[in-house]
Amino acid sequence: MSCTARSFAPDGRWALDERVSLRDESFGALAYHHQNRRLIFLKSTTLVELVRRLGDFDSADAALDALVPARERGRYARALEHLAETEILREC
Amino acid sequence: MSVDSSLRDHFERGLDAPICLTWELTYACNLSCAHCLSASGRRDPRELSTAQALSFIDEVAALGVFYLNVGGGEPMIRRDFFDLVGHAIDRHVGIKFSTNGTRIDAAAAARLASMDYLDVQISIDGADAATNDRLRGAGSYAAARRAMEHLADANFGPFKISVVVTRDNAAQLDRFAAIAEYYGAQLRLTRLRPSGRGVDSWADLHPTREQNRALYHWLVDHPNVLTGDSFFHLAPLGQPLAGLNLCGAGRIVCLVDPVGDVYACPFVIHDRFRAGSILDRGFGELWRSSELFGAMREPGHAGACAECGSYDACRGGCLAAKFFTGLELDDPDPECVLGHGEAVLATSVAIGPRPSPDHSRRRALIPVRASLG
Repeated sequence: MSCTARSFAPDGRWALDERVSLRDESFGALAYHHQNRRLIFLKSTTLVELVRRLGDFDSADAALDALVPARERGRYARALEHLAETEILREC
Repeated sequence: MSVDSSLRDHFERGLDAPICLTWELTYACNLSCAHCLSASGRRDPRELSTAQALSFIDEVAALGVFYLNVGGGEPMIRRDFFDLVGHAIDRHVGIKFSTNGTRIDAAAAARLASMDYLDVQISIDGADAATNDRLRGAGSYAAARRAMEHLADANFGPFKISVVVTRDNAAQLDRFAAIAEYYGAQLRLTRLRPSGRGVDSWADLHPTREQNRALYHWLVDHPNVLTGDSFFHLAPLGQPLAGLNLCGAGRIVCLVDPVGDVYACPFVIHDRFRAGSILDRGFGELWRSSELFGAMREPGHAGACAECGSYDACRGGCLAAKFFTGLELDDPDPECVLGHGEAVLATSVAIGPRPSPDHSRRRALIPVRASLG
């Protein structure tokens, strides 16, 4: 299975890039991408869980349905889009 | 990257482990730079053995530290340098190391180029040999440029050129940028602190207020230039510069020195800011529960800056800059852009503390500074 960074499509299958270290903190987590050296702040524990488990779902849409309250879906979808742009997430 | 205030509060209370930490591998150095922040020169006989160093890397990896800023002294002087660096990278701990470049020949450059997750910073402190060598010693500019050539020939990719901004080179920023562009390298500018041998050279070398103002605007115009978040004391001049814009000492960063002593940051190698030794308590234990770090994570006191409307922008500036110029820790930064620090310094009778320990060579060839005229 090859994963590539590309623009975010929520019907695609996405996962945490294997070159990223994710570390829990009281506010959520820190994500560090070893290749592009970016440090990203995940500022909610819901987002951290979503990112960690994203790869278990057939699509980002399915993960959002399962893990995020419906009324906050838009906000989390935008967060995933941002994480895809910064290559924290890769499409599989 | 600017950070919202709620996140800044988290950082000020301290993270569960540092984001990165600085690890000085040895106090030995073949140069004797006049502003060396760790007063390096002679190797300390108590420096960590290879086994101790490897086990420290294992602990850092287990804590989830993302990368190590490796320095010295000259880190490549250690015979086990490549073993230590390789061990860290194998455990997904990135390496960013600073070197004077004297040990980077073609073979070393090829070896460095073959490693992922490794950044190299070559230090120069002048855009020409005359400016650089006055601070760093005769021949050091040519040696650094040779190292850059070797890295470029080995297709290392974008290495970094690291410059400490001084009164002598503050007018050379465009020339540094041109050197970086020539190699496809990234320019990194950091602040001169009165730490280590800088205790004696800072007063002559730190940028003037005019130079600091010009530097701030230059950095705003060159957002791709890295700064290690070291110029947050300039933030009251306008918009904040990219970075966390706070003092990370003991909160998000710290220093482990060559003998395994842990200090709050790389610029405060002094007993007052020593949290303990990794050989006594282990690094994680020290980070979480040393008394010193606990105290440093308490909410800051604006102190003499309380009346100033810019305190929220600069947070009173740099701890090390204040400490080693003899100021109180809640005084303004000595280079406060509003001039408050100069005012306090002018009336201060305190003599700043000396670096402790000091590993300068006893007959160090510290270049004599030409008069400013």
